[in-house]
Amino acid sequence: MKKGGLLFCGLLMTCLLVAGCGEKSPSTIRVGVIAELTGDMPAVGESCKKAARLAVKQINDAGGLQVGEKQYKVELFIEDNAGKADQSASAAQKLITQKKVLAIIGPNATRYAIPASEIAETSKVLLISPWSTNPRTTLDAKTGAPKKYVFRACFIDPFQGRVVARFAMDSLKARRAAVLYDVASDYNKGIAEVFKETFEQNGGKVVAFETYTTNDRDFSAQLTKMKKADPDVVFLPNYYSEVPLQIQQAKRLAFKVPFVGSDSWGSQELLKLCGKDCEGYYFSTHYAPDTAAPAALKFIEAFKTSYGVMPDDVAALTYDSFGLLKQAIVEGGKIDRQYVRDALAKIKKYEGVTGDMQFVEGSSDPIKSAVILKIEGDRFVFFANAKP
Amino acid sequence: MSYLLQQVLNALQLGSIYALIALGYTMVYGILTMINFAHGDLFMVGAFLCFLSVLFLKLPFVATLVVSMLGTALLGVTIERFAYKPLRGAPRVSAIITALGVGLFLENFTLALSPYPKHIPSFIPNTIWTLGEISISLLQVVVIALSIVLMVILDLIVRRTLLGMAMRAISWDKTVAPLMGVPVDFVISATFAIGTSLGGVAGVLYGLCYPVIDPYMGIMVGWKAFISAVVGGIGNIRGAMIGGYILGAVEILVVAFLPSTYRDLVVFALLLVLLVFRPYGILGKATVQKV
Amino acid sequence: MAYPGKGLALLCRSLPKGWEPGRILLAAGFALSFIIPATDFIDQYVQLVLMYIGINIILSVSLNLVNGYMGEFSLGHAGFMAIGAYVASVISVRVFPAWAAVWLFPAAVVAGGAASALVGLLVAFPSFKTRGDYLAIVTLAFGMIVKSAIENIGALGGPRGFLGMDRLTNLPWVFFWTVLSVWFVRNLVYSRFGRGVLSIREDEIASELSGVDTRRVKMLAFVVSSFFAGVAGALFAHLLQFINPRVFDIIKSTDILIMVYLGGIGSLGGSIIGAVIYTVLLEVLRPLGVWRMVLMPLVLVLLMLYRPKGIMGLREFSWFVPRADLFSRGLRHSKKDLADGAP
Repeated sequence: MKKGGLLFCGLLMTCLLVAGCGEKSPSTIRVGVIAELTGDMPAVGESCKKAARLAVKQINDAGGLQVGEKQYKVELFIEDNAGKADQSASAAQKLITQKKVLAIIGPNATRYAIPASEIAETSKVLLISPWSTNPRTTLDAKTGAPKKYVFRACFIDPFQGRVVARFAMDSLKARRAAVLYDVASDYNKGIAEVFKETFEQNGGKVVAFETYTTNDRDFSAQLTKMKKADPDVVFLPNYYSEVPLQIQQAKRLAFKVPFVGSDSWGSQELLKLCGKDCEGYYFSTHYAPDTAAPAALKFIEAFKTSYGVMPDDVAALTYDSFGLLKQAIVEGGKIDRQYVRDALAKIKKYEGVTGDMQFVEGSSDPIKSAVILKIEGDRFVFFANAKP
Repeated sequence: MSYLLQQVLNALQLGSIYALIALGYTMVYGILTMINFAHGDLFMVGAFLCFLSVLFLKLPFVATLVVSMLGTALLGVTIERFAYKPLRGAPRVSAIITALGVGLFLENFTLALSPYPKHIPSFIPNTIWTLGEISISLLQVVVIALSIVLMVILDLIVRRTLLGMAMRAISWDKTVAPLMGVPVDFVISATFAIGTSLGGVAGVLYGLCYPVIDPYMGIMVGWKAFISAVVGGIGNIRGAMIGGYILGAVEILVVAFLPSTYRDLVVFALLLVLLVFRPYGILGKATVQKV
Repeated sequence: MAYPGKGLALLCRSLPKGWEPGRILLAAGFALSFIIPATDFIDQYVQLVLMYIGINIILSVSLNLVNGYMGEFSLGHAGFMAIGAYVASVISVRVFPAWAAVWLFPAAVVAGGAASALVGLLVAFPSFKTRGDYLAIVTLAFGMIVKSAIENIGALGGPRGFLGMDRLTNLPWVFFWTVLSVWFVRNLVYSRFGRGVLSIREDEIASELSGVDTRRVKMLAFVVSSFFAGVAGALFAHLLQFINPRVFDIIKSTDILIMVYLGGIGSLGGSIIGAVIYTVLLEVLRPLGVWRMVLMPLVLVLLMLYRPKGIMGLREFSWFVPRADLFSRGLRHSKKDLADGAP
C-alpha cells in the first residue's frame, strides 16, 4: 500500500503539472474571476459569478471586443477561493500561469483580495476587486504607495464611515450613537471605527461600542447593554444576514431607536430576511435601484431576466469591474497585460451601473458618491446623495 | 437589577439551546465513546428542515417540530449505519475523522444546494410582555419551557425505561451487555435517533430565535455545545444540561459586564481554569484505569 | 512489492561509501529547489502548490508527534501556527531593517518557532492531568484564545490582519525546513526518548511505573511539535505576505488533523502522504467548483471506511526506520490500537 500511496501521489502531481500545458487560444480574450463560492460568504461569490457571466455573455452576444483589427470573444475562468487566504493566492497564481488570463476580477472580501493582489502585483497582471472597501488592498504594504496593478470598483471604508456619521448627525439629529459590529471582520470594524471618529469629531458621543464575533447569532446581551446606554441612533455596519437578527432581537427587548447601516445592507436578501422589522431605516450604499440611470436600469432588467433575482451591490460592482476592464482592453489596443493595465490607469471617468467613477493620478481607488437609501415598504428607496 | 434579570433571561434562552445540542454529543459519547463531530451539522439540518416545512408545507409549530425531529433522527440513524457502524472495531480516531468528514459533507452539500442564507418566517406570535424594564417574549418562554420539558423527558427515559437501562448498560460495559440479551445495534441506533432528534429540536428553536439560517451555522454552535458537554462531564446527561446553561450564562454575562470584545477570550480562559480544577468536568468521574 | 525494494537495496549496497541513496535524493532535491524557481521550467502555480505541500508536511508531521506517536488529542495546532506566523512577521517587518530581512529570514523563522515552543510548554502542563477528550477541549480552547487574543490586539492589526512581509519564503527554504522537521521528528521518535513517547500512547500508567518521566516526555513532545508548527506558520506568513486571525481558526486545525489521520497516525511517511494528497486533491479538484468541497469530505469518509487506520496505518517507509528496528518494526500492531485507538 505504501507503493500505492506513492503512486497515487505521483499521479496527482502529474495532473497538476500537465494541467498547465498546451492551452493556446490566441483568438479569445481570457479573463479570470476569483470568487468566494464556498466558505464563509458563498452568497457574495454567487452574486459575483452571476454578474460576471452576464457581463461576458453580453459582450460575446454583441460579437466580442474589438482590439486592434480583430474581434475577440471573451473566455471566462471562474475559480473558487473557498473562503481561505491561501486558496485565494493559489487561485490567482493558477489563473495567471496556467490559464494565462489577461486580467483578474475579484476576490471580493478584503481578506481574500489582499493575498491575490500580492500575486497579481508580483506577476504584473491587472486585478480589479469589485467589492473590497479596505484601503489597504490597493496600497503597497511596505511603502504605502498605491500598487500598480491592483484597482477597485468601489469606494473605500473611511469615506463610507464619514458619510453615515454625517448623515446620522445632520438628518437624524443624533447626538448619542451606539455601534454594534463584528470584531473579527475587518470591514465591519473599519467602518465602525471611522464612524466613531467622525461622530465624535463633530461633537457627538458614542455611548456604546459593542462587538460580537462572526457567526454569532445571539446579540441579546450586547443589545441589552446598548439599550441601557440610551442612544439616539444605532449603527450596524454588518452583513445582511446578521442585521435582521440584530434588529429583531432589539425589538424583542423593546429597544426602539432608528438603525442605520452601510453598504453591506445593500442586498435584496436583507429585505427578504428582515421583512417589516427593517421598515423606515437608512443605510449608505453604492447605487439606488429606483432612481438609477438608464444604464443601471438596463443592467437590473437584464440581471432579473437572466437569474430571476434583483442584483445586489456585489453583482453591480462586478458588472462595473467588467465594464472598466472592457474599456481598458479596447482602448489598450493589444492583447497584452501591460497594455491593458496602462489603459485602465488612463481612464479618468467611467459611468457605471453603480454611479460615476473618477480616477485620479496616482490612485487606484475611484472617487464615487454614495447614496443613502431608506427601506420603505419592501423596497429600497432613494433618500439622499452623499458626495465625497 | 432589572438589567441583570434581563441578561439572565437571555442566558437561559441561549443556554437551553446549547444544552439540547450538548445532550446529543453526550448521549452518543456515553454509549460509543465516540465524539460525533457531525452533530453540529445535524443541528443545521434540523433548522433547514424547519425552514422547508414552514415555507413549503406550511405546517404549524408542533408539526414542524415533529417533522424536524423525525428528519434529523432518520438522518442520524442512517449516518450511524453507514459511516460509524463499520468503524466500531477500528481505532477511535478513524470514527472521529469520519465524523468530521460527514459534517463537512453535510455543510457543503447544503451549500451547493443553496448558498444564500434563508429566512424562516415567524410561526409563533410575536408577543412581548414588559415587566417594568424587563421584556419577556413568548419566544423566550417557549424555548426555555420546551427545552426543560424535553430534558426532563429524556432523563425519565434514561432512568425509568427499559431502553434507558439498556443504554446505561452498554455505556457501562459494551462487551458484556449483549451477553445479557441487550440488542446492542438497536439500542445504539435508538440512542442516535434520540440524540440527533434533540439536535433537530434545537435547530427549530434556534430557527425561531434567530431566523436566519445558513449552511455553516452548525460549526461554531456545534463546537460550543461540545465544550458544554465536556464541561459538564462528557457521557453524563445531567452534566450536559448543566454545561449548556453554564456556557450560555458565561457568554452572556461576560458581555453584560465586560467589554464585549473580550467575550471569547474570557469564556475560553474560564473554561480552561475550570478544567484545571475539575479535569473530568463538573459531573464527570475520573475513569479508573487498570494497568 | 518486496522485489523493487530488494532491488533498490542491492543497488544501494553497490554504491561507493558515502553515496547513500537518501543523501543523493536530498542533494538532488535541494539542487532542484534552486533550479526550479530560477528557470521556471515548472510553472509558478505548481511551485506555489509545492510550497503549500511543504508547509503542510511540516504541520502534519509536527502534529503527528503529539497526536499520533504520543496518542494525545490536540485540537489547537492552528494556534501554534498563528503564534509563529505573527511573531516571525512582526520581527521581519518591524524589527529587522528592510535590507537585512532577506538574510535574517531564518532568524525570524526560528524566532517564530521558539515563541510557539514557549507557548507549547504552557499547553503541556494541562496535559499532565487531563487526557483524551478533556485535553482536546483544552487545546481547542487554547486555539480559540489565540485567535481571539490576536483579534483584540490592535498593534498586530486585529482582524484587519498583518501586512508588509516580503515574499521571503521560497522553494529552497521550504525544502530545507521540511527536510529538517521530518529528520528531527524521525530521529526523536527512534531515540530512547521516542520510546518514551510511544510508551505513553500505549499505556501511560505502565510507562510511569517503568521509570519513564512522563512529564518531561510530554513537555518535550509539545515543545518540539509547537516549534515546527510555528516554523510552518512563519513560512506561511512570508508566502502569502498577509495574515489575519481568521486564517488560523478551528477549520485550519481540522484540516491539519485530517491530513495526519488520513495518512496514518504514528507514521511519518503517512503524514507526508496525507499532507500531499490533501493539498494536491484540493487543487486538482478545482474544476468542480462548488462540488469540490462536497466531494473532498466524501472521499475522506470513504477512505476512512476502507482504511480506518489511515493510508499508511502504523507502517512506515523502510528508509525512515533505523536498521536495527527494521526487522521488528511494522510486523506487530499494538493490541491497544486495535481496541481503542490513540486518544
